[in-house]
Amino acid sequence: MSSKFQRSNRAGWVMAGPAAVLIAGFVILPFFFAIALSFTNQRLISPNPTEFVGLANYRQLLGMAVLTVDPVTDDAGQVVMKDGAPEYPSLRSLTRNNPDYPHLQGMREWSSFDWGQSRVYILARDVVFLTAIVNTFIFVIIVAPVQAGLALGLALLINQRMRGINIFRAFYFMPVVVSIVVVSLLWRFIYDGDSGLLNNLLGAISFGAIPPVDWLGNPSTALGAIIAMSIWQAVGFHMVIWLSGLQTISPTLYEAGAIEGASKWQTFRYITWPGLRNTAVLVLIVITMQAFALFAQIDVMTNGGPLDSTQTIVFQAIERGYGKQDISGGSAISVILFVIVLSISLIQRWLTRERT
Amino acid sequence: MAAITLTGLKKSYGQAHVIKGVDISIADGEFCVFVGPSGCRKSTLLRMIAGLEDISGGTLDIGGRVVNDLPPKDRGVAMVFQSYAIFPHMTVRENVAFGLTIAGDDKATKDAKVAEAARILQMEHLLDRRPSQLSGGQRQRVAIGRAIVRKPEVFLFDEPLSNLDAALRMDMRMEIGKLHKSLGATMIYVTHDQVEAMTLADKIVVLKDGLVQQIGSPMELYHNPANAFVAGFLGAPSMNFLEVEVLSVGNGAAVVRNGALEAVTVPVRAGTPRPGQRAQLGIRPQYLAPAPAGEAGQLRGTVILTERLGSETVLELQLPDSTRLIAALTRDAVFDLGTVVNLTFDPAMTHLFAE
Repeated sequence: MSSKFQRSNRAGWVMAGPAAVLIAGFVILPFFFAIALSFTNQRLISPNPTEFVGLANYRQLLGMAVLTVDPVTDDAGQVVMKDGAPEYPSLRSLTRNNPDYPHLQGMREWSSFDWGQSRVYILARDVVFLTAIVNTFIFVIIVAPVQAGLALGLALLINQRMRGINIFRAFYFMPVVVSIVVVSLLWRFIYDGDSGLLNNLLGAISFGAIPPVDWLGNPSTALGAIIAMSIWQAVGFHMVIWLSGLQTISPTLYEAGAIEGASKWQTFRYITWPGLRNTAVLVLIVITMQAFALFAQIDVMTNGGPLDSTQTIVFQAIERGYGKQDISGGSAISVILFVIVLSISLIQRWLTRERT
Repeated sequence: MAAITLTGLKKSYGQAHVIKGVDISIADGEFCVFVGPSGCRKSTLLRMIAGLEDISGGTLDIGGRVVNDLPPKDRGVAMVFQSYAIFPHMTVRENVAFGLTIAGDDKATKDAKVAEAARILQMEHLLDRRPSQLSGGQRQRVAIGRAIVRKPEVFLFDEPLSNLDAALRMDMRMEIGKLHKSLGATMIYVTHDQVEAMTLADKIVVLKDGLVQQIGSPMELYHNPANAFVAGFLGAPSMNFLEVEVLSVGNGAAVVRNGALEAVTVPVRAGTPRPGQRAQLGIRPQYLAPAPAGEAGQLRGTVILTERLGSETVLELQLPDSTRLIAALTRDAVFDLGTVVNLTFDPAMTHLFAE
């Protein structure tokens, strides 16, 4: 018995071997490599030996400070006014070679606001990366609920017996099978500032009242445009997951609901939604992870611009690691992303845990 | 409370006519059982009454209103499903109160009504459990609780005991019988189990292939079945049928015989057999008995199977023309396989069905 077990066990390893080697070589090894590299000053191609630099990469990426600056006063103690507003010392004078503020050395303004007489600056060592984090979070916070909600709506619509329902299913699913790069290229035409489809459409339905907008060239619309297109692209995939969840709910439960007099909304509230709990967890975690990995759309459509308004974490990781050949900085970004996604997944799991 | 009248009720799926014109009238407070073999469309008929299936033709009248096109909730019916259909994510209390929650009742009303239902069904101790912690019988109680809490005019049961084991099925059957007496509501009960039908029903409707075979009280159907199907369906073990030839007819009786049976005079209860016709002679297994020692009896058969139940002994016998018969003796007796047994029966207790 035992020899047979061992023999078939060996056969099992042989069969699992190729996949195990590939996973180890291309997933597990790089994962630990990235963590190790993030503590060094390794560059992609460099004659210099690699040095251990501790948390320097992380400090460079995440270093932030808050600085409160009082207005410039003259000898009499009066606030100096300039163009009707109090004048403040220039920020550069404080963050460049200023012996009084060694910890602010090299930092740049990320944001500022007035607090009474003083001005408060939020400074960051890496303003672009901070913008990338904020943009990524905006993207996730909008895409996750909207995409999940729309997908559920579509799933409810197509989860019925109707002639030709498969045509609808196919249509909604189509964008998923098209490469995201192709989709991004197409949407670049749709969003075109002069003769794009969207501008033409808006112009036509408003009889020219809505002027053309350069959707991807305007810092205030670029991220929104990418969000809309990303939601459209993957909604069909999540629709299919919702649909499979819907079909696990026993039809008799709906019949019992109908007999008890449940309205459409009550049926959804008391029967459908509770039955979709596990599916909801899956859909939300998958969308969140995909949304944090936002890269291809940015790379094809905006390259992070205009004015860094569409910078994202993954785009920054690749831009730094390969564009600037700063592989240790790119690795550090990857590790930060890993920690963010892991924490959010754990929080989601905890929030949606089975309560007994 | 409500009487129910089905008039020419029909159901078709496209070209397939599955219910072919059914007329049934059920009095207020009556316990009516639809019984028939699998695929006889008894459940479809019940679901049409519930409003879960469209009605293709005829009229359905509940409590003096034609409800053909009303949604289930406006028909004043409650239904208990074979699969219980209780909501897995709700506690027993929430499940029982579901209809009240839907109707927007306040918490005090709900608590009082749920407590009342739990008392009737003796499941007060289960109220805070989840369905996954309940046995099959307890789940069915919850389903019944959800039905009674709204005080509906009509209860519909769709094979409610089929998923339970035999002992529990008998307990629940008695409970449902008691429930009917205490609530006094009209109940329609679908089953393929003739024992449930016989024990529970005020009125049995026997269905086959979407057509009513016979309607009547259990004893009417048992003693005066309208056709061979009804006769064979009710009673356990099933009635034996002998292929016979009708020799003569007269005075509400007929003389029949076949290769294994000497000519015998039997009563004619249904149909009009003619001399020379082929017919089926039905004899219930309980009315077949071994002939006293030394007598030839009317039938001779070889024992091919015996089942001893203690209070009853069931014999399967093969007649010389290779027809098989079942005899149920109301005592414990030992018969060796292969023994030839002479059987007698009282011709007055037979049923003749002309083809």
